[in-house]
Amino acid sequence: MTAQLALDDAGLRRLLHGLPPVDQVGADARAARLGTRSIKTTAKAAALDLAVRMVDLTTLEGADTPGKVRALCAKGVHPEPGLPDCPSVAAICVYGDMVGTAKAALAGSGVKVAAVATAFPSGRAPLAVKLADTAAAVEAGADEIDMVIDRGAFLAGRYAAVAEEIAAVKAACSSGGHDAHLKVILETGELATYDNVKRASWLAMLAGADFIKTSTGKVSPAATLPVTLLMLEAVRDFRAQTGRQVGVKPAGGIRTAKDAIKYLVTVNETAGPDWLDPDWFRFGASSLLNDLLLQRRKLATGVYSGPDYVTVD
Amino acid sequence: MANAKSTAKTAVSGIFEYAPAPESRSVVDLKASYGLFIGGEFVEGSGGAFKSVNPATEEVLAEVAMADKSDVDRAVAAARKAYDEVWSKMPGAERAKYIFRIARIIQERARELAVLESLDNGKPIRESRDVDVPLAAAHFFYYAGWADKLGYANLGPDPRPLGVAGQVIPWNFPLLMLAWKVAPALACGNTVVLKPAETTPLTALLFAEICQQADLPPGVVNILTGAGATGAAVVAHAGVDKVAFTGSTEVGRMIAKQVAGTSKKVTLELGGKAANLVFEDAPLEQAVEGIVDGIFFNQGHVCCAGSRLLVQESVAEEVVDRLRERMKTLRVGDPLDKNTDIGAINSAEQLARIQTLTEAGEAEGATRWSAPCELPERGFFFAPTIFTGVSQAHRIAREEIFGPVLSVLTFRTPAEAVEKANNTAYGLSAGVWTDKGSRILWMAQRMRAGVVWANTFNRFDPTSPFGGYKESGYGREGGRHGLEAYLDV
Repeated sequence: MTAQLALDDAGLRRLLHGLPPVDQVGADARAARLGTRSIKTTAKAAALDLAVRMVDLTTLEGADTPGKVRALCAKGVHPEPGLPDCPSVAAICVYGDMVGTAKAALAGSGVKVAAVATAFPSGRAPLAVKLADTAAAVEAGADEIDMVIDRGAFLAGRYAAVAEEIAAVKAACSSGGHDAHLKVILETGELATYDNVKRASWLAMLAGADFIKTSTGKVSPAATLPVTLLMLEAVRDFRAQTGRQVGVKPAGGIRTAKDAIKYLVTVNETAGPDWLDPDWFRFGASSLLNDLLLQRRKLATGVYSGPDYVTVD
Repeated sequence: MANAKSTAKTAVSGIFEYAPAPESRSVVDLKASYGLFIGGEFVEGSGGAFKSVNPATEEVLAEVAMADKSDVDRAVAAARKAYDEVWSKMPGAERAKYIFRIARIIQERARELAVLESLDNGKPIRESRDVDVPLAAAHFFYYAGWADKLGYANLGPDPRPLGVAGQVIPWNFPLLMLAWKVAPALACGNTVVLKPAETTPLTALLFAEICQQADLPPGVVNILTGAGATGAAVVAHAGVDKVAFTGSTEVGRMIAKQVAGTSKKVTLELGGKAANLVFEDAPLEQAVEGIVDGIFFNQGHVCCAGSRLLVQESVAEEVVDRLRERMKTLRVGDPLDKNTDIGAINSAEQLARIQTLTEAGEAEGATRWSAPCELPERGFFFAPTIFTGVSQAHRIAREEIFGPVLSVLTFRTPAEAVEKANNTAYGLSAGVWTDKGSRILWMAQRMRAGVVWANTFNRFDPTSPFGGYKESGYGREGGRHGLEAYLDV
């Protein structure tokens, strides 16, 4: 893999453009077909709990305060205060300056802290600033770093620059005795074509990504089912070729349990059951959790409850 | 680069096992027995009765009347009367109203039609719900629009209808093939005597109810259930002006002989052995989906099925590896389960034919691989199967299997691809997978097939003509071209 990273822009271009192309109509049709699977009763119950365990419960606002973050952490640990069988979410996702607050609030819960870094969401800052941003979050205790790629460099064909930056951030994740997982945000809404999504996925994996993630949530469109399908195909093929398994995280725009189940079906039938685990698949979301909880209740009791029966944060 | 090696994973997951999701049968009101639909009413038949069976369970669904020659006489007389007195005289805009009404009722009763189609035919509810029934409605909508514009179809200033159309349809898409036949016939001002397939008569009888519900004038549509002899009597009847047949090449040949020397116009839509061609620069992931859609759609009971996969040798191994992995995720079983991808083979007879041909494939030295799936104990089922190491000389590369069985062959150059693809007695459809637009056009010009799909397969639309070269038949159905078969031009 290091040999591949030693490639210059032209070498990477040959490699990435040598991947089989994607036919957009066909990819969309496949995703739509997967979306028609009918998941009922026991399968639905299992899927809802799995989806809860895969949520990266997120708050990424300028208005975030320690109080807001602590509230979100409490919700992440016990999404259903009165129902002890409800699992915790996978992680709480915050800006870097909130890592310490979140880490303290989550102590002993097993819920991880993920921090966005590298001048999130635009990524428009010098590399040194991005690395410092990353190192600060890691030192504050972040278990996972969600970085953004340099979409400008990618679209300009400067693939080596994108790869080197990912590798540098990956190194920063391991600094000072820490070992944070690196999620690489492709911001697929800005990459525009499915071929680009596929190439960016491979580039990020070759450069050392532990996870590839669709979106920041700040650009529309954010996660879509076809884009996630392509990324799942990429991680499947990457493992078949290199033996290394990489996770996938769709983020932004997934708001309903119904949508989440479509994603799980797509994971199941594309990458396979090995990825049906919070270690390998996550949902970056905020409002999704409450719909999962409402559907969980409906399945358990047979009646719909209202939005006032689940907590706002 | 992305050379997907087979991994040990299976897609049937213990973590996320799909629970049964059966569509309810209660929407269908099955009667114990059905008569013939002649002159706008259900009447007793004179030739006894036969049973229609659910191929997924072998349960008898209903008894259906067997029409004999006297019934054919009655039906043709009713169609002639309706033609002379009502339908041929009615302005196109008025005919269109009835056809639009039929289309809307098909949409309104879509679930009922889809469930009944899956019960009687064995096809998965996902396909009857998402493909057959919506397309059937679309055909009626499309041809309804033509009824008052026939003078603008580039077929002359005032094209006239032919008279009474005798139509015989197959069991693979019972309602959809009915729509392909009935919609253009009615739009052009003809009346119809239709004989549905012996094993799948029930949606045609429900369609008869829909004609009543739409207040279609009596005799415009007549439906005679029965077996081969009934169909032969319809085709041979002196009062029939137009014969339209979809089915096997063998029967098509008999019909062509039978009507030779008469004034009857004929269109035949017969068998196929379509090539699905995958070039090395193709979008491979989508090509694999297209291969699956091409051969496993409707259990492979599709005349235009992509039953010969021709893949460029440089990517053959990778494509077949990916295809096998994909086939492991196909769900075979109860047609009424909403998650079923492959349902039941339509009859014991068809299952036996598939078995005979696959045994021939093994005997001739091709390598067989079937998806590891559990088949239900009752009913007629066949696991999706591919043969590798197939050559042009094998029976499984030449004869239509009409089942979920794919023959994989390879080619080295575009010229060889064309040569092999065209080296068949049939010529109904072909598929080309490549990222290169110029190659798509180059291939399409050279394929001797009625339909050439580019980077897709088995896509149907009422605006697009469909029909064959060579032993796949003649005449076109669908689109503006489909009008010609029902007009005196």
